[in-house]
Amino acid sequence: MELKMFILVLGLLVGSLMPLGGASGSPGSGTGQDECKKNNGDEKNGNKTTKKSFPVLSLNYENVRLPFEISLWVLLASLMKLGFHLMPRLSSIVPESCLLIVVGLLVGGLIKLVGKAPPVLESNIFFFYLLPPIILDAGYFLPIRQFTENLGTILMFAVVGTLWNAFFVGGLLYGVCQLEGTNLAGVNLLSCLLFGSVISAVDPVAVLAVFEEIHINELLHILVFGESLLNDAVTVVLYHLFEEFTNAGTITVTDGFLGIVCFLVVSLGGIVVGAIYGILAAFTSRFTSHTRVIEPLFIFVYSYMAYLSAEVFHLSGIMALIACGAVMRPYVEANISHKSHTTIKYFLKMWSSVSDTLIFIFLGVSTVAGPHEWNWIFVVATLVFCLVARVLGVIGLTFVINKFRIVKLTSKDQFIIAYGGLRGAIAFSLVYLLNPKHFPMRNMFLTAIITVIFFTVFVQGMTIRPLVDLLAVKKKQETKRSINEEIHTQFLDHLLTGIEDICGHYGHHHWKDKLNRFNKKYVKKCLIAGERSKEPQLIAFYHKMEMKQAIELVESGGGSKLPSAMPSTVSMQNIQPKKPPQDRALPQLSKAREEEIRKILRTNLQRTRQRLRSYNRHTLIADPFEDGLDEILIKRKKMKELEKKISQMNNYLTVPAPPADSPSVARARLASDPQAWGLKSVTEIPTIKVELVSPQNPESVKVVDEFSKKGSQPKGSEEEGGLTMRVPSSEKQRKDKTPDEEPQPRFMRCLSDPGPAAEDEDEDEPFLP
Amino acid sequence: MGASQSGRVHMFQDLADKTGFSIEQINNLRNRFMYLTQDEDTLRREHLENISNLALNPIRRQIIEAFFDKRNLGEKEKGCLQEIGFEEFVMVLSFFRPPKPRTSDEEMKNIKKEKLRFLFNMHDTDNDGVITLDEYRRVVEELLSSYETIGAETAKAISDAAMLEVASVTVGQMGPDEFYEGITFEQFMQILKNVEIETKMNIHFWNLDKRTMQCGK
Repeated sequence: MELKMFILVLGLLVGSLMPLGGASGSPGSGTGQDECKKNNGDEKNGNKTTKKSFPVLSLNYENVRLPFEISLWVLLASLMKLGFHLMPRLSSIVPESCLLIVVGLLVGGLIKLVGKAPPVLESNIFFFYLLPPIILDAGYFLPIRQFTENLGTILMFAVVGTLWNAFFVGGLLYGVCQLEGTNLAGVNLLSCLLFGSVISAVDPVAVLAVFEEIHINELLHILVFGESLLNDAVTVVLYHLFEEFTNAGTITVTDGFLGIVCFLVVSLGGIVVGAIYGILAAFTSRFTSHTRVIEPLFIFVYSYMAYLSAEVFHLSGIMALIACGAVMRPYVEANISHKSHTTIKYFLKMWSSVSDTLIFIFLGVSTVAGPHEWNWIFVVATLVFCLVARVLGVIGLTFVINKFRIVKLTSKDQFIIAYGGLRGAIAFSLVYLLNPKHFPMRNMFLTAIITVIFFTVFVQGMTIRPLVDLLAVKKKQETKRSINEEIHTQFLDHLLTGIEDICGHYGHHHWKDKLNRFNKKYVKKCLIAGERSKEPQLIAFYHKMEMKQAIELVESGGGSKLPSAMPSTVSMQNIQPKKPPQDRALPQLSKAREEEIRKILRTNLQRTRQRLRSYNRHTLIADPFEDGLDEILIKRKKMKELEKKISQMNNYLTVPAPPADSPSVARARLASDPQAWGLKSVTEIPTIKVELVSPQNPESVKVVDEFSKKGSQPKGSEEEGGLTMRVPSSEKQRKDKTPDEEPQPRFMRCLSDPGPAAEDEDEDEPFLP
Repeated sequence: MGASQSGRVHMFQDLADKTGFSIEQINNLRNRFMYLTQDEDTLRREHLENISNLALNPIRRQIIEAFFDKRNLGEKEKGCLQEIGFEEFVMVLSFFRPPKPRTSDEEMKNIKKEKLRFLFNMHDTDNDGVITLDEYRRVVEELLSSYETIGAETAKAISDAAMLEVASVTVGQMGPDEFYEGITFEQFMQILKNVEIETKMNIHFWNLDKRTMQCGK
């Protein structure tokens, strides 16, 4: 390394002297070129001097040192993660965070053996590059419903719990420090309190890392996780407060009062900053319909700006990030394309995963590297007090909280909440930031913090999973949300709001309803583009579900059954009520039906097309998979209508027809050739429908007669799988000789045929499957 | 004065035992009842319709009907009343009382069943014991009724899909000619067993008096 430095300096000197090298300003990047030029210069001048050969291969490490090392670390982290998951037995016993810390220890030890100083987790790097992705990932995917339902509880734990922890630990540590026999008299009260406030904060990174693997039920997850997110404001305020006080020297009551005001400013200010950026992001996303490719970029940049802006004013960056993610999500998701949504999701997960891994590895490395000062009494006292404070705090707070909760927290819940209070890298970084001049015992603090972190992550992290199983704590339910549940959840919301109104008190539901109404009336119109702004949640859910099912259908290769929770042969016709056979008021009836079908398909098509149109913009190549997708969706919708028609036709049977195709089989055949309908037919439908809008009854009757007379199928539509559906209808028609629901066959025919006139008379035999 | 007071307390005690509310809660509800009916003895539909906040609720008609439905009042017969007294008012509201903290699992199951029965009765308007496709369709239409741009066919599509899902999940195998009558109560319980009704379908009944004194109309 020293040799290279020498060459570099030499090259720099030569380069700066050379007139040729004057053009390249930056020393680092120009070095290689300078050497080259120097050699060339020698060559030109130098038949006299000894000719140096042209360097075919030269080594220049210093240029790329920084990015190279960063990439090496990231690669190492990712390979480690890969390795752990290849050993399933290990990863089921030990949580990932522990393994990563161990790896960090090993790597740190290796580096130390080689003789270099291992890199320490710089606070800047941690707070500006490693922490934001994790928090943004958490905030963007925060389950808003559970969060707001438990907000009071979460706030109590975050604010009051953290304050209690901080003062309890800090105060008792000061007491310990004053004891005889320890040489800790130099630690004053403020330092202890500062230390207490830093160490009492539950760490979101550690909590996420451990809780994600144990799949605990949603209530507990959101309680512990929400607490870890929201206590950042308390930590920031206390940290800065005590740091200022240590510098100032004296405290007054005004200062205490200002501290409280500061807390409110920090937390509310952070939220406001985040919300502003969130609204900006939502508004921007309204106009991105023409540039879909950079949509994810807006989300990321706006969120990062929110974080940085909050940090400028010493507001709580974490709360800003959470607020930004949570505020912008419903509007952004309504505006952006499906692909952008996937991109955002995967990028966030990827970044947060890498960050998380790097943080734990660096923690391990820093342990090996950092200056340590081990003091048995202090460290052990810290550990004990932390645990005791946590347990007491949780029990005390739950006692108060349960008076206000409808769903009380049981003692099992309390245990998990207390046990899940893990400390992590945020505490470490905050202590690392301390100025050694003001805090001479900084190294001792560092050692104590690392010990506590290790203890919580290793001991608590490893044992929480068997404990959860032992105590039979309710786990997360993995069931998919069904449309019935969605309908009834909304129904319940309205019902409870109504009952609250009748009882006359403004409860939780009343305000939620008011917020929703405000949202629908004003906010959605501003922030969501186009028609989607008026779409109710139920419809959005239904469309999403259909999309998901269609994707599953395509992915499963169009198998013989539509994927469903339970294999069943129930289909639409089982549900449709049997209608009494209708007599010959048919021309009007047919027109009404026809109108209905047309309207349904038009609206449904438009809606699907509106959202799927985004795929064919600019540089995004039209993905055949995606195109097949929307065809499948349209086909399914058509099929449902057609099945309805068939079921109605079933009722006219006088002679039992051979069960040609049950709708499910026909559906299968339809589904199995996804390329059956070209895109052309999709666009053709509206135009043809326009032609069909001819209100003359006689014409329709004529066509009907024509059809029933011939009883033939048009040839052109062979590639339409839907033909199989028409077999029973045509057969029945021929048998009954009553032109019943003819709009359906007529409609089908028009898909492929230019018109009735072009029909071929020779096609007398039915299209046999 | 004293006699009517003690008589009222006696009546309240009965109600408290029957419905599980506390005396203070019943007092509050009594005040609210008097306010709604403008000091008459019986509550009629118009009184409930006069609540302005309720007018914005998409399913207000069904909520109001639920108060006058005989099935919710513990009677075996079907049909609706035209007016109800305070007792019936409290009985209907008792369906929304949160379960006491120390209820056993068995009692929780019963409570869940009662609440689901209440919901079921709200949907099954013709009292035949099944929710037919038409009734379900009407439920979805009402839910979407606050959005003017949504047409009837979308509601139909959603309710059809929902019905199909219920049938698939509960009945499973059905031949092409069988007809699925509708959702029975057992099937209703089955599809909603993941929605924790016993914890969700509750509202807070305050013990303190000042809530009702705020008189939100």
